[in-house]
Amino acid sequence: MAEEFEPRIIAFVCNWCTYTAADNAGVSRMEQPPNVDIIRVMCSGRIEPTFILKAFALGADGVIVSGCHPPGDCHYTNGNFKTFRRMPLVEQLLAQFGIEKERFHWGWISGAEAVKWAQLTHEFTEQVRALGPLNWKQELESKED
Amino acid sequence: MMDAGRHPNITLLTYSEVVEVSGYVGNFQVRVRQRPRYVHTDLCTGCGACAEACVFKRGVPNEYDAGLSRRRAAYIPMNGQAVPLKAVIDDQACLFLSKGKCTQACLEACPTRAIDFSQKERFIDLNVGAIIVATGFEMFDPRRLPAFSYGKSPDIMDGLQFERFSSATGPTRGEILTSRGEKPKRVAIIHCVGSRDEHANRYCSRVCCMYALKHAHLVRDKTGAEVFEFYMDIRAFGKDYEEFYERVQGEGVYFVRGRGAEVIVLDDGRIQVKAENTNLGLPVQIEVDMVILETAMEAPRDSDKVASLFGISRSASGFFQEAHPKLRPFHTNTEGVFLAGACQAPKDVPDTVAHAGAAASEALALLSRGQVVISPTTAVVDEQLCSGCKTCIVLCPYSAISFVEDAGVARVNEALCKGCGTCVAACPAEAITARHFSDRQILAELEALLVPA
Repeated sequence: MAEEFEPRIIAFVCNWCTYTAADNAGVSRMEQPPNVDIIRVMCSGRIEPTFILKAFALGADGVIVSGCHPPGDCHYTNGNFKTFRRMPLVEQLLAQFGIEKERFHWGWISGAEAVKWAQLTHEFTEQVRALGPLNWKQELESKED
Repeated sequence: MMDAGRHPNITLLTYSEVVEVSGYVGNFQVRVRQRPRYVHTDLCTGCGACAEACVFKRGVPNEYDAGLSRRRAAYIPMNGQAVPLKAVIDDQACLFLSKGKCTQACLEACPTRAIDFSQKERFIDLNVGAIIVATGFEMFDPRRLPAFSYGKSPDIMDGLQFERFSSATGPTRGEILTSRGEKPKRVAIIHCVGSRDEHANRYCSRVCCMYALKHAHLVRDKTGAEVFEFYMDIRAFGKDYEEFYERVQGEGVYFVRGRGAEVIVLDDGRIQVKAENTNLGLPVQIEVDMVILETAMEAPRDSDKVASLFGISRSASGFFQEAHPKLRPFHTNTEGVFLAGACQAPKDVPDTVAHAGAAASEALALLSRGQVVISPTTAVVDEQLCSGCKTCIVLCPYSAISFVEDAGVARVNEALCKGCGTCVAACPAEAITARHFSDRQILAELEALLVPA
């Protein structure tokens, strides 16, 4: 029997809301898939589109971006609004690269929403698992040759 | 307030508002607009002769009496208990200032000739080291929930109006009377008007249970009327509060567990209250002479403007966001700006006093240290790479980046920068680095995480 595909997912989360939620989920012993690896930044407004593309280029099968709920939750007043405006552009860019939109999730999880974080990681992992490997890294390398 | 007004180190600027704030911790520049009060405060003795002489006899609703009485255009705020005890002329109501037609009897009546209609608004520039925001709250307007019929009968009042009725300086000199001038025989008190309600505010307004119990006690004490309290839960959270609840229970108040659902004014003016008694599982309907709607505390309508003025954020409920809900409850995320009282969340008097005292001592401690410790996670501009495009300047939520004209580059003020990194992500020349969260560090994390299995 073939081994089940385990997707590799990178989550860029802000320090104040989603990272706190993920931390709470861990402290509350909620079950989370081991497929999601977190990279913490101070604010979702710090997340450059380059990071997302780079993650796919290095072999990630899915990427999550999550920050504080608009309008008022952002620790830095309005960093989440910048995310709100940048991420739709990233979506378009990914479509142009032929990356399925189901491989990229962006949204908001507050520090109190540990359950939502656990749910998201479960659902997103299964969603990406269903799509199969992206293999963007191999594809890029084959084009370089 | 009296003590603050008398203190040699405290300057009170009343009838004033902050219109501009710039700078950073230890070095704020604040511009204050002081409205003209048309009275020279150094001459006014607060005798009230101008108010008596004011020819605008009909007057306007008196804010201090929650609109239950009327005041004239010249008046001493708070029914003559204002600090400082000085008269003011309301330029919206004053016939001379708004319409240009008046005998100006107040000018003659003033024994010290303190009235001066030529006063103009003035701006005061202050240089301060710390700021405490204590802008308070507004009461929920029960008109927003039409089921309570507020405004349809003078005997349906909110908690603040009842407070004025029961106050010795209020419109009835402390007597609790219905609109027919009689003592009420049955009074309904409805809790959670505008709080714990998805149609208004989801949060618990915290103080209403206790002031509702106080109102029940006052009604029982002053009129002997039957009192029905419609409540969902009684939240007697503070020291001695539970004991007070028990005392009010002992005074014969009827507690009906269930949200007051509807207040109906019948054609003949009688008032009915409908609710569900969830303990019995039965709907109840009673006829009363007076309804007191215990309304929630809300963030003031202009709190968004105040928040952006001082660079502080707001929580989902609209109140100002503290830096940490448990450990830094009176700090904001803007260094040097502190919160005191109900502008942060609904609070009762003891909690407000404690909160304000803590904010004041933190501000004094900050000033007496003479230096500040800042977080090392700030952004820094590589001036060799910066092209001077100014993209970052508009993005910064703290106005921490300024443009250096001589060098043609942007520069980050590290005392203001909080290290969010928005500018770093946006810089087209990649000239800005976020310390501890640099592109190289994040990409190295990525590479390490995605090492081929």
